[in-house]
Amino acid sequence: MKNGVLWICLPLLAPAVSADATLNIGSKRFTESYILGEILDQTARSAHETTVDYHQGLGNTGILFAALRSGDIDLYPEYSGTIWFELLKKNTAGDLAALNRELAPLGLTAGLPLGFNNTYALAMLDARAMQLGISSISDLAHEPELKLGLSQEFLNRKDGWPLVKSVYTLAFEPMGIDHGLAYEALAEGKIDVMDIYSTDAKIAKYGLRVLRDDKHAFPAYHALILYRSDVPRRFPETWAALHKLEGRISEKQMARMNAEAELEGRSFAAIAADFLASGTAQKRSASSGRNLLDLTFGSDFWRLTVQHLLLVFVSLGGAIVVGLPLGVCAAYLPAFRQPILSLVGVIQTLPSLALLAFLISMLGTIGVIPALIALFLYALLPIVRNTFAGISDIQPSLKEAAQSLGLPFFARLRLIELPLASRAILGGIKTSAVINVGTATIAAFVGAGGYGERIVQGLALNDAATMLAGAIPAAVLALVLQGGFELLDRWLIPAGLRQGTLD
Amino acid sequence: MIALENVSKTYGKQLALARTSLTFATGGITALIGPSGCGKSTLLRLMLGLIQPDEGRVIFNGEHMTASNVESARHAIGYVIQDAGLFPHLTARGNVVLLAIFLKRNASWINERVNNLAELVRLPREALARFPRELSGGQRQRVGLMRALMLDPDVLLLDEPLGALDPVVRSALQAELKSIFSQLGKTVILVTHDINEAAYLASDIVLLREGRVVQRGALGELLRHPAEPYVKQFIQVQRPMVAELR
Repeated sequence: MKNGVLWICLPLLAPAVSADATLNIGSKRFTESYILGEILDQTARSAHETTVDYHQGLGNTGILFAALRSGDIDLYPEYSGTIWFELLKKNTAGDLAALNRELAPLGLTAGLPLGFNNTYALAMLDARAMQLGISSISDLAHEPELKLGLSQEFLNRKDGWPLVKSVYTLAFEPMGIDHGLAYEALAEGKIDVMDIYSTDAKIAKYGLRVLRDDKHAFPAYHALILYRSDVPRRFPETWAALHKLEGRISEKQMARMNAEAELEGRSFAAIAADFLASGTAQKRSASSGRNLLDLTFGSDFWRLTVQHLLLVFVSLGGAIVVGLPLGVCAAYLPAFRQPILSLVGVIQTLPSLALLAFLISMLGTIGVIPALIALFLYALLPIVRNTFAGISDIQPSLKEAAQSLGLPFFARLRLIELPLASRAILGGIKTSAVINVGTATIAAFVGAGGYGERIVQGLALNDAATMLAGAIPAAVLALVLQGGFELLDRWLIPAGLRQGTLD
Repeated sequence: MIALENVSKTYGKQLALARTSLTFATGGITALIGPSGCGKSTLLRLMLGLIQPDEGRVIFNGEHMTASNVESARHAIGYVIQDAGLFPHLTARGNVVLLAIFLKRNASWINERVNNLAELVRLPREALARFPRELSGGQRQRVGLMRALMLDPDVLLLDEPLGALDPVVRSALQAELKSIFSQLGKTVILVTHDINEAAYLASDIVLLREGRVVQRGALGELLRHPAEPYVKQFIQVQRPMVAELR
């Protein structure tokens, strides 16, 4: 599985590989997981026992689980229902003891229930529910005139509407509605009941009443920590600190913290810090909303910049080392020409997320390595193609002049042909670098860091400012690189080849 | 001495050179002449090993030219191409010394050689520091000649060396070339399509047509005893007066 490119990259990856003495915490890519991850991170650091590395928004459930099993991370916040249904692929859920019997063979443990259950729920406007005297799902049966507007996902999931309908024997004909639009529809009275998550950020904003699941139709999605079973032994003091979080967060508190992030634009770190300082999620103090400048040059700016530059330049370096010889082969070996050019062309057409997914499954790891390989592959085409074109475009008479001097092949390549093709080759490298700056933002989707981390976060929060705080530095970096290469051109392209007006 | 023994060359179905044997004696100056497509450039490129003959062989200094000795043979053959073929990324001097530096010749030897050659071809010293695009056509051709002569080759091949120059520069350079050839005393093989140039520079003319040697000899011989009517016709087109007089 290790190829030449990996070896080139390995020394640079060293900092990213987890040391045994470091506690690695992960979180998934949605608001609640970001906040819980921050709470775990800050709590673990407060024990001052070990180095803590927090990989925020590392990926989706599958990626986090894979990272946990491979030891890339040691723990992350998860939900009991998700472990039963998605990770263990069971049809029914049991209690925590049963869950841990299933997880034990994997060397994993689920524990420290945080206190809230983030499951599907049905909700109404509080005022309307009060008026009709509805507080539980059973009560809905008495009001057959109510209009239900449910998301397509909820309508179709086995543990969604079909389950509720059969457990409570409801006769409604619900309409499908986009989840984002359902809140407004509810507020305007176009629908009476919608599906939500029980820690939904918009519960308070829209004055929603969450109907009690009195017949326990919905499976429990208790928030807890999924960890490698050796964590309490490896980090006893840190574990003791984390233990204090057990049962500390109620559904209301979680919903409020979600709202602070999604509706008020507070940073995850600040929300977590407030929660830990007071033992409860507080109403935000006087601190103002985040402006773009503060966001852009936030404390993580240099870390993200370094990560982004490493991704771009390590992959670019590999692409030059491999692409230049490939371009030369394509120019001199007609038998290899079409295969080489077609191959790098095909790679370029692969959608980046598909390529990353493919690499992750092939390499069995997430993070920097698959990202570097993907960027390396994308950087190949411009370099190979321009090297090939640059050499092919050299006047035949000059090639013949070099040959007739009696210079051997590699001397001709080094002394004559590569310098003559240098403008085209540098152009290819420049194109690859600029493309890589953009494509590297995708790397955040697999936990490789860089400016993309903010874009991913902004997408999860639906927060344009956070997205821009990632997108703008990436765009500026592309421009800076472009300018840097123009300067490099002057230095690297032989003086005799530059545009001149001397003749 | 350089010789072709029963050499032939075709490109696909196109005959470039019918079976031909030619010997070029040491110190002789020969012009290969004929209309375009007659095979004269093919002959030069065969002698440089740039193309391989379909049959026959090329003998250089008594040795059969093969893939293993072709590079050392090229070091002993100076080649000047039309429009000089200078490398645009190197200065005039860089072009001239490229091969000598690659072969790790002594720096003071290189300097002395460059100075002597610049004097021989009458290239101003300051032109050596210029890039090819900063030189006039005539200067480029002088640098091309210096590059070909740098390692003091046994044989000098010139492919239409003055073909890209305007007539005034051309006639001045013809005179210079003649004097350079006489100073060098080397085997010179020159490709041209101009019978006046051929007759002026060379004592020995090889007339080619459609891949075949039609006749070889001095101009007078070609005129007095044309091997076939085409010889007279070819010369007459370019030199009507001379053809009439003789």
